[in-house]
Amino acid sequence: MSQPIDENMVRHIGTLSRIELTDDEVRTFAKQLGDVLEYFDKLQQLDTEDVAPMAHAVELTNVLADDAPRNGLSTEQALANAPQHERDFFRVPKVLGEGS
Amino acid sequence: MSAASDLTILTAAELAKAIATGEASATAAIEAYLAAIDARDGAIGAYNEVFADRARARATSVDAGEITGPLAGVPIAVKDNMCTTYGRTTCASTYLATFEAPYDCTAVANLEAAGAVVLGKTNMDEFAMGSSTENSSTRMTRNPWDTDRVPGGSSGGSAAAVAAHLCAAALGSDTGGSIRQPAALCGIVGLKPTYGRVSRYGLVAFGSSLDQIGPMTRDVADAALLTRIIAGHDDRDATSLSEDVPDYAADLASGAAGLRIGLPTEFYTDALGGEVRSVIDQAIETYRAAGAETVEVSLPHSRIDIDADGKLSSFAVAAYYIICTAECSSNLARFDGVHYGHRTEEKVEDIIELYSRSRAESLGEEVKRRIMLGNYALSSGYYDAYYNKALKVRRLIANDFAAAFKHCDVILCATTPTPAFRIGEKTDDPLEMYLADIYTNSLNLAGLPGMSLPGGLSSDGLPVGIQLIGPVLGEPTLFRAGRAFEAASGTSRLTSPVIEGQS
Amino acid sequence: MTRTTNISKVTPVVGLEIHVELATQTKMFCRCINQFGDEPNTHVCPVCMAMPGSLPVMNRQAVAFSIKVGLALGCTVPEYTKWDRKNYYYPDLPKNYQISQYDLPLAAHGVFEIPLESGETKAIRVLRAHLEEDAGKNIHDLPGCTGVDLNRAGVPLLEIVSEPDMNSVEEVLGYARSMQRLVRWLGVSEANMQMGHMRFEPNINLHIEAGGQTYKTPIVEVKNLNSFRALERAVAYEISRQTSEWKADPEGFTLAKLGKQNRGYDDNTEKTVFQREKEEAHDYRYFPDPDLPAVVVDEAWRESIAGDIGELPLARRQRYMDAYRLAFQEADALTMDAATGDLLDAAVAVGAEPKRCVNLLLGRAAAIAKERDCTIADLGIAAGQLAELATMLTDSNINATSAETVLVAVIEDGGSPAEIAEVQGLLQVSDTGRLEVWVDEAIAENPDAVAKAREGDKKVLGFLMGQVMKKSRGAANPGEANKLLKQKLGG
Repeated sequence: MSQPIDENMVRHIGTLSRIELTDDEVRTFAKQLGDVLEYFDKLQQLDTEDVAPMAHAVELTNVLADDAPRNGLSTEQALANAPQHERDFFRVPKVLGEGS
Repeated sequence: MSAASDLTILTAAELAKAIATGEASATAAIEAYLAAIDARDGAIGAYNEVFADRARARATSVDAGEITGPLAGVPIAVKDNMCTTYGRTTCASTYLATFEAPYDCTAVANLEAAGAVVLGKTNMDEFAMGSSTENSSTRMTRNPWDTDRVPGGSSGGSAAAVAAHLCAAALGSDTGGSIRQPAALCGIVGLKPTYGRVSRYGLVAFGSSLDQIGPMTRDVADAALLTRIIAGHDDRDATSLSEDVPDYAADLASGAAGLRIGLPTEFYTDALGGEVRSVIDQAIETYRAAGAETVEVSLPHSRIDIDADGKLSSFAVAAYYIICTAECSSNLARFDGVHYGHRTEEKVEDIIELYSRSRAESLGEEVKRRIMLGNYALSSGYYDAYYNKALKVRRLIANDFAAAFKHCDVILCATTPTPAFRIGEKTDDPLEMYLADIYTNSLNLAGLPGMSLPGGLSSDGLPVGIQLIGPVLGEPTLFRAGRAFEAASGTSRLTSPVIEGQS
Repeated sequence: MTRTTNISKVTPVVGLEIHVELATQTKMFCRCINQFGDEPNTHVCPVCMAMPGSLPVMNRQAVAFSIKVGLALGCTVPEYTKWDRKNYYYPDLPKNYQISQYDLPLAAHGVFEIPLESGETKAIRVLRAHLEEDAGKNIHDLPGCTGVDLNRAGVPLLEIVSEPDMNSVEEVLGYARSMQRLVRWLGVSEANMQMGHMRFEPNINLHIEAGGQTYKTPIVEVKNLNSFRALERAVAYEISRQTSEWKADPEGFTLAKLGKQNRGYDDNTEKTVFQREKEEAHDYRYFPDPDLPAVVVDEAWRESIAGDIGELPLARRQRYMDAYRLAFQEADALTMDAATGDLLDAAVAVGAEPKRCVNLLLGRAAAIAKERDCTIADLGIAAGQLAELATMLTDSNINATSAETVLVAVIEDGGSPAEIAEVQGLLQVSDTGRLEVWVDEAIAENPDAVAKAREGDKKVLGFLMGQVMKKSRGAANPGEANKLLKQKLGG
């Protein structure tokens, strides 16, 4: 696994993460993320062939809610923290097309 | 010492009793704490926001008999990642600097339903990511035992507030040690309950499968009292447990006799050195003397070693940081500048630039680092090697604990590798900071309850914590074992120098 | 250089993803009302707005509805299913991840029989059906910006993915329309196209046989089609576009060289259009959602849902043709929805003649339903009313024309058909005494016609019958009246 993470990879991950990075940050993160990833690599020493992944700390099942309405927020409350809104819509720059 | 400041010496249980019996008024208690905050929080920096007016109003209602309950009139501090409909919920992040939640965190609401008065919101590492509270965008929080040192983190503000008697008790949250580690470094009691025991609704998520809210208190009895109140099923949190909440105070006085205390070989390696080791060894002797039996147990996948270049090494830490960063990369994606929170004021070309710049401007370095690590661990081509591997190792770790608890009732080990470190000491090396959680991570992976309590002081006079670990829903045993240690060791209710300095 | 290629056969190969919004009362992970068309941001809460600290709790009904569809499609419904996060950024997706199902869907490997115009059916394999949350809506017609409305954010959406088993535009439309009928039939979705309850994403390519070889064109996925018309046009356009692109470059325009592409659809030109994609667009970083426990569907739950499904449209249509002797068109019309057939079966069950019931339902009633844009069952006719009226026809107590009048009155105002007929004087008169009065009057008032009739003019006999019916205001039993008239004319 242990290929050091290069600056291109850092930029790619920055794009995936939707975080704009300065060149300085790219350099620093390349080193720091590389160190941490190297630390992560120690898990490769363990044989986990027949082990089931454990995504939950306590593995419950069928926690389901009844399909009965409850009060939510008023439009005013919903928009109260919005950086910008246009009438009762959250406002963002023009978006074209569907999905990303 | 004035009569008012006397009230700040009491534990939450003692203060509740004094108010209930009319020995003291809630108003006097609130005024005493507000005065203490005025006097000392400038030096400590525990609070991000204090709700003085609201607290006074609630105290008046308590004194008028309009608010009752087991914590009526008791001032409690709440970590700034729990949503409240009063004040702001910032997570010590620029992103949420002005965020006012339209709903209350269930655990906080439960406290207030029991009569408690929320005194304010405490500082923390931004979004609970850190072990020193240095990753806060709001202020520096200092350790009441030595203000050149960190209080630990991420619940450093809550720990410092309790240790400096700026509240009767506090709530923290613990994803990998964020209650227990600062509790240890500040000489107080901190419990991370069993995963699901306390609702996470209204707790701003960091690592959803790891996060738990828990009490940070001056003694074990208070921890038991607060846990009873905040725990319980919540139909707004699908991961909350439906088991009834027992009376945690019931077994408090049962003592250590007959307790089987497990000592995991893998936590007692060369990595455990110096003053922490001697405090732990002393604690083992204390338990034996109090009638407990010690048994050696094995947690192979949580083993802590010291490698050739002197770094601590643990599979659990690696698995923990992969899982928590993966979860946080997704949990924090919502902080995008659209529906609430910080939006860049610069002109942007399109929505992607709006996201990327708003996030770049308002998230701190450590948060960015973890989001990026997590996205890397989940991205195509790396998922199996990192994230999925970590989930498998997590199961191995959980299985180890389950096997160990066949031979013991509670496990005893260190909470932290060292006492409180100096401000700035680890900020340049993220990995070094991650290793401050090396004794606490594995419990979160396994969902187990763990409690740190004061074990003694180092030669520098800094508190050293000891950690008790229980099986799933083993809180009653933790409280019993913790109280037994307090009684036998006399290390309970330590007074930090910052308070002594005042008297 | 373009060379002429002799195409011997072009086979379109189409698979279809259908998104169906489920008609639960509340959203998938919060208890906000699931309702279309209200003012923006009126059905929102901390959960569907992705406020920090909010947590999703799964709607049991959404899971049950999905299992129901899965079972109706003959899918395997595995015992264990879980929820995953699909991570991507878009302003109508407030968490910037969608809760969906990645590797363990609620239902997999089914078969859906669709009717063909020939009257035969074709089996289309269903790859999987999984449950996920819908996004909100981006509104593009605001001045200089996009507006985000989160009322739809978190509405349960069932994604049904077929295998590429359809080979013509007709088959694709047949599959889509049958799916609409099925989900309505099961009561899990209104499947109203105008409200966006159903959306389509076809995958289309061509297998072209030419010069003894088979060429495969690149697979194109057309995103977000919101109507049957758009589906039809998009598939048709792709078939012709891919054919001509391949003709222009038979070796280059192939699946092997170009792989899979996404295209959009332009409603104005009715053409598909190229869509630029971001480099990381497909790295969704799926992982198990830590906030949501897994779902275990045990035998008891599965059986209880299966027991609710009942007879499916195609089976019922066949039964109507076999048992009720209905024509294909009649049987098809009566199985557009479940309730109309249920009404018919209930009327038959209390003794009505099937054919009489069917004629009543498919006459004025069907016309009124069409006017009102609802199903026949929605008109509110009770099985007892239908059976009563049908039996009156069988017993010659009313004639067909009057029966229609009575049925309209039943639809408008309710009530017993017999009483309505009585009050409005629409009961058929077979009593000789009363018939004789009308017949005698008709004879007395039309001497010329009577004379011609007596000379054997059959046409005039019809005219006189008309006069009798007129006098009775339609109530005369035509058979009896005719017999009597002939007698009186001495025939």
